Amino acid sequence: MSSVEGDIIIPVSKPSPGSAGDTGLWRVFKPVVHEDRCIKCWLCWLYCPEEVISEGENGFPEINYSYCKGCGVCADVCPKDAIEMVPD
Amino acid sequence: MPLTIYDLMKEKGSYLPGSAACPGCGATLAFRIASRVLGPNTVYVVPASCFSVIQSPFPKSAVGAPLYNIAFPAAAATASGVWRAFKTLNKEVNVVVWAGDGGTVDIGLQALSGAAERGENIIYVCYDNEAYMNTGIQRSGATPPYALTKTTPTGKREPSKDMPLIVAAHRVPYVATASVGYPFDLAKKFEKAKRIKGFKYIHIFSPCPPGWDYPVEKTAEIGKLAVDTYFWPLYEIENGKLKITLKPRRKPLKEFIRLQGRFRKMSDEEIAELEKMVVERWKFLEHLEKSERIF
Ligand code: SF4
Ligand code: SF4
Ligand code: SF4
Repeated sequence: MSSVEGDIIIPVSKPSPGSAGDTGLWRVFKPVVHEDRCIKCWLCWLYCPEEVISEGENGFPEINYSYCKGCGVCADVCPKDAIEMVPD
Repeated sequence: MPLTIYDLMKEKGSYLPGSAACPGCGATLAFRIASRVLGPNTVYVVPASCFSVIQSPFPKSAVGAPLYNIAFPAAAATASGVWRAFKTLNKEVNVVVWAGDGGTVDIGLQALSGAAERGENIIYVCYDNEAYMNTGIQRSGATPPYALTKTTPTGKREPSKDMPLIVAAHRVPYVATASVGYPFDLAKKFEKAKRIKGFKYIHIFSPCPPGWDYPVEKTAEIGKLAVDTYFWPLYEIENGKLKITLKPRRKPLKEFIRLQGRFRKMSDEEIAELEKMVVERWKFLEHLEKSERIF
């Protein structure tokens, strides 16, 4: 009779931001918030697929550029054109 | 209970930024919103799909919740087992399948049908990007007619499976459609599903920029246009009673079709033909809405 020897390996990934690296490096265009035009409706926050928009210290949307992929969805949904996509 | 953007903002979601998802991915947008409503007391089961790749590159995961990756056909069976294990331990946990359309309408259908028939207390979510995107855009049973994929180079000829109604025919307590274009409607449906005992099914329209070939910033807009043109009606079926949850003024289907490269070979006549199908289906749903119970 033979028996199974060695360690049993169970692959477990640990939750962590940046699981695919610094995805901000994928960006071609960078979203820039013009606070003078922003009405804080937070639609950019709602629709950002990457969860990188939050309320900054000054109460306006703040973007985490380490992971923002530059898709431009935030700029597209902003009712006040307060987000500009500029070449990065 | 009215739901506001602030309610969603104060909840902690389970999606962690910097995942392997493509820019503008509808599936991650859906997950961000849904996981906020489901809360931390949730275990996810994910069959082979884009979402397996999105959340699981070893050694880091983009989901801050317990999540089990499983083979293509097995999600609903696995989730059934997970739920029963928690039940034995007397623990109340949301057990949620997060599957793509391939893992739902094709390869996962048998296990899904079994779990629905047995009345397993799980929420089965299909985020529908309407093809096998993870493997390079092959047609699935959820691909709409006329769409170009690598396996339908002249456009798909068959209509897609009507999965929400197929699941509803199992007489489960809750079935709903949703779209990432309407996140509040989506959130409300998850809130409801969380409170209901038994098998729940939510089918989410999830635009996919590389698979559908549209400008990457249009994900939310396409999610909205699908609903506004009646291409993807939003409804729920609670204990057999169907209710259309959003009745927009219909926009011409062309506005939705012409934004996407996957429909670029469609002639104006073909768009008119598809529009006729779409409007007929809307009327059929309105007709069903008038019945006390459809199943
Ligand atoms: S969508 Fe535009 S106006 Fe609204 S919070 Fe964001 S930047 Fe401000
Ligand atoms: S560009 Fe895309 S990822 Fe970056 S903040 Fe805007 S919506 Fe989010
Ligand atoms: S292929 Fe489509 S569904 Fe898959 S990760 Fe990319 S955008 Fe998302």
